[in-house]
Amino acid sequence: MSDRIFGIFGVLLSIGFALAALAIEESFLSDAVGPKAFPLIIAAILGLSSLVIALRPDAEPHWPALGRLVEIGAAVVVMILYAQLLPVAGFVIATALAASYLSWRLGSSVLASVLTGVGTSLGIYSVFHLVLGLSLARGPLGF
Amino acid sequence: MEILSQLGDGFAIALTWQNLGLALLGCFLGTIMGALPGLGPSNGVAILIPLAFTMGLGATPALILLTSVYYGAMYGGRISSILLNIPGDEPAMMTCLDGHPMAKKGMAGEALSLSGIASFVGAFLATWGLIILAPQLVKIALLFGPAEYFALFALAFMTLGGVSSTNQAKSAFAAALGLGLAMIGVDTQTGVPRFTFGEVHLYDGLDFLVAIVGLFALSEVFIFLEERHGSSDAAGHKLKIGRLTPPLKMIKESTPTMLRTSVLGFLAGVLPGAGASLGSFISYSMEKRLVDKDGTFGTGDPRGVAAPEAGNNAAAGGALVPMLALGVPGSGTTAVLLAVLLSLNITPGPLLFTNNPDVVWGLIAALFIANFMLLAMNIPMVGLFTRLLLIPPRILMPIVAMVSFVGIYGISGSSFDLLVMIGFGVMGWVLRKLDVPLVPIILGTLLGNSMENNLRRAITIDNGNWWTLIDSPLAIGLWMVAIFGFVLPIILAGRIKMPSLRRDEEGSLRD
Repeated sequence: MSDRIFGIFGVLLSIGFALAALAIEESFLSDAVGPKAFPLIIAAILGLSSLVIALRPDAEPHWPALGRLVEIGAAVVVMILYAQLLPVAGFVIATALAASYLSWRLGSSVLASVLTGVGTSLGIYSVFHLVLGLSLARGPLGF
Repeated sequence: MEILSQLGDGFAIALTWQNLGLALLGCFLGTIMGALPGLGPSNGVAILIPLAFTMGLGATPALILLTSVYYGAMYGGRISSILLNIPGDEPAMMTCLDGHPMAKKGMAGEALSLSGIASFVGAFLATWGLIILAPQLVKIALLFGPAEYFALFALAFMTLGGVSSTNQAKSAFAAALGLGLAMIGVDTQTGVPRFTFGEVHLYDGLDFLVAIVGLFALSEVFIFLEERHGSSDAAGHKLKIGRLTPPLKMIKESTPTMLRTSVLGFLAGVLPGAGASLGSFISYSMEKRLVDKDGTFGTGDPRGVAAPEAGNNAAAGGALVPMLALGVPGSGTTAVLLAVLLSLNITPGPLLFTNNPDVVWGLIAALFIANFMLLAMNIPMVGLFTRLLLIPPRILMPIVAMVSFVGIYGISGSSFDLLVMIGFGVMGWVLRKLDVPLVPIILGTLLGNSMENNLRRAITIDNGNWWTLIDSPLAIGLWMVAIFGFVLPIILAGRIKMPSLRRDEEGSLRD
């Protein structure tokens, strides 16, 4: 079933890709092939392979229970927040928070995960910023 | 003799303190990454790319660091295969079959040192193979015009799917997806924006480093989160090693095996799309058929440990041949290495050997040096690496995730790229669940633009005649091999099966 849904999604994707390719504005100065041809070939391969996937599905993959999916969703949200928070809160604080969260969700105790988070953050900060001189996001506190 | 003098120049480049230090660092990190389940050669190299950029390394030092990691990971993978029966990375899968039974018999130390020697033999011979074969391939590649290059790229995609995936449709899907992603951005020939949907960030295209780190490194974090697999696999195991010198008889017995499988592994590595996993698989199968007269393979036969290790290390060297000589990588990790070269504005291919001989020969010399370093690290110091197996993923995975973020942010300094990377991480997780191989996606994003450029150049030269693509005997030959490579596995499907050990998780990341 998963493969059928995936295949149908792929067919839709290829149609969308082909439509977007047809919508490319051609400049008046173009080579013999133009900017549309190769994307259209790709769309055809994408569509054909998706169709085959939908018609001849593999065995069902092992999907996690709903709770685990929520877990992954939450991790994605935390990572997105991290990306947004990075320029605001600064590298050390944002990274310590995000790493603690991930460590906690992977089964560390609260104390151990805070230690992991702070350690990861300070470790990366010292190796990449202090030793190697990479410019990391600077927060209001200067780190 | 010309080769030897060039090799001498290469050693002059590689033997600086900085390059030796980088090789040592790379070997050390590589062995760790190979040993730790969850980090393999391709994602290990991927998360270290930003490090290479941060340190402001030139092309040769950066390549020395990253190929040392690559070779190191091939050595390191065997450690957890032997001690824990869990492959540290995909190519070490076959080493479990005889390595772990040997460890159970109390011969863990012998297995580790013998496999270290086998790894050395494989990698050493493969580096010589690289020296001999790559310049010959360059001579052929100089005959290639745009039409032949287009056919060569097609061949790479079709055989990559053919060899490494169980479902041809899915690898075709992955390749098309990667090529499609490469189309995003301003068209280089006419200057019109494509698939950007008005988003300014997308005008110069997706950065393939972002895609690689997301697909390879971040998706691994999601896999671990899904299974809440936070404890170390080594917890509760007795990691007893014992004596670290194999008896001379054992080495003598395995020598023919090592030599045979080195050659076989090297050839498997050179084939586009095959890579190290296939190298170790066919090496083991061949030796089993050839020398296993008493049925001892699978019960702790030393030759069964030597065969896959020599095979996978030789294949790792072999996979560098098409990457350097043609610019077409043969495996996941060499695709990542290609990304590094492209980011450093160096285009691999025949011209690399004439324009940047220092890069090529410096790299080859460094491979020899790294190989000796790895031998020294992996036999006397193997105890240190076994202790690292005790690091649980609940500490390791947050570090992997954060280093990925830091690296990408360090290169571009934009939060937008981080969001794109998260997107790729989720996509990588879903696709791995669905058993869609990830390597063709990376290859597509890397090669998409030059594939299109070659297509358009070929047809423009011939005034818009599309038949020019199959006009020369060379191009026709390449297309035949491509079609053969794509169709043959479909016919053979069901007859030859890769072992299904942990395939579900790591199948998409095979190298």
